Amino acid sequence: MARAPTTSDAFNAVAEPRRREILELLARGEKTVTELVSRLRLDQPQVSKHLRVLREVGLVEARVDGRQRLYRLAGSQLKPIHDWVKQFERSWTERFEALDDVLEDLKRQERRR
Amino acid sequence: MTAATRGGGAVVTLPNDTQILVTREFAAPKHLVYKAWTTPELVKRWWNAKRGEVTIAEIDLRAGGKWRYVMIADRGFEVAFHGEFREIVPNERIVSTEIYEGVPPGVPNEGTVNTATFRQSGERTVLTILIQAPSQQVRDLILQSGMEAGLQDALELLEQVAESLG
Repeated sequence: MARAPTTSDAFNAVAEPRRREILELLARGEKTVTELVSRLRLDQPQVSKHLRVLREVGLVEARVDGRQRLYRLAGSQLKPIHDWVKQFERSWTERFEALDDVLEDLKRQERRR
Repeated sequence: MTAATRGGGAVVTLPNDTQILVTREFAAPKHLVYKAWTTPELVKRWWNAKRGEVTIAEIDLRAGGKWRYVMIADRGFEVAFHGEFREIVPNERIVSTEIYEGVPPGVPNEGTVNTATFRQSGERTVLTILIQAPSQQVRDLILQSGMEAGLQDALELLEQVAESLG
C-alpha cells in the first residue's frame, strides 16, 4: 500500500545536490523539463527522475499548460500555511511600526499649530 | 511602555479561501492615519517596513486614479506594486486594486482588490485591510510572498537539516 510522504522524506529528497539545484531553479519560477535539462546539463530521464522524487514528497507540483507541463515549487509543502500567515503578519507589523513613527511626527506637528 | 501607547503587532486572519484580513490599532486619530496612508512623501517613510528604500510613491487619490510604489530592498532586488483607486471616502475608506509587478512571465498576474477602513475609537484608530484575491491560488501566493527574500535561507536551512539526518 502506498504510504503518505513524510517530512523526513522531503528532507532526504533535498539532500541530493541535483534535486536541490532543481528546487533553486524552480524557486525563481515555473519551468518545463526542457528548460531544467538545459540549465542543469543533465539528460531528460535523469531530470524526470529527480522531478518524480520531488513530486512524490510534495515539494514540487506540475500543471499542464497547453502542450507543455510546467513544474513549480509546492510552497505549502515546504512550509505549512500557518507559517506563511505568521511571516505575512511579521512583515505588516514591521511596516506598521514604521507608520507609528510617522504618526508620532504628525501628532507633534498638529500640536505645534 | 511602547507597547502601551502603540498598537502592537498586526493581526492577520483568513476570513475565507480567497481573502486576507489585516487589522492593527494606531495611537493616533483617523485623519492622521489616513494622511500617512495617502501622502506620497509619508508613504515613502513607512511602506518599506525598514527593509529597503521606497524610491517611488505615486498616488493619484481619486476614483479611477492610479498608484504605484517601488522599493529597492536592502538585499538589492526591486519590488514594485501598482493599482487603481475604485472608491475614496476621505478619512473613512479606500478601495483599490493592487498588482505585483514581479510575477514571472507565463504566470497569471491577477491583482487583488483591497479595502482599507479607518475607524476611530477615542484617540485611537483601528485600521483594517481586506485583501480580496481572485482565487485561492493567488491568495496563497500573496501569503507566501513574504517568504521570497528568505527562500534562499530556507533552502540552506533545509540543507543543514537534511545533512544532520545523514
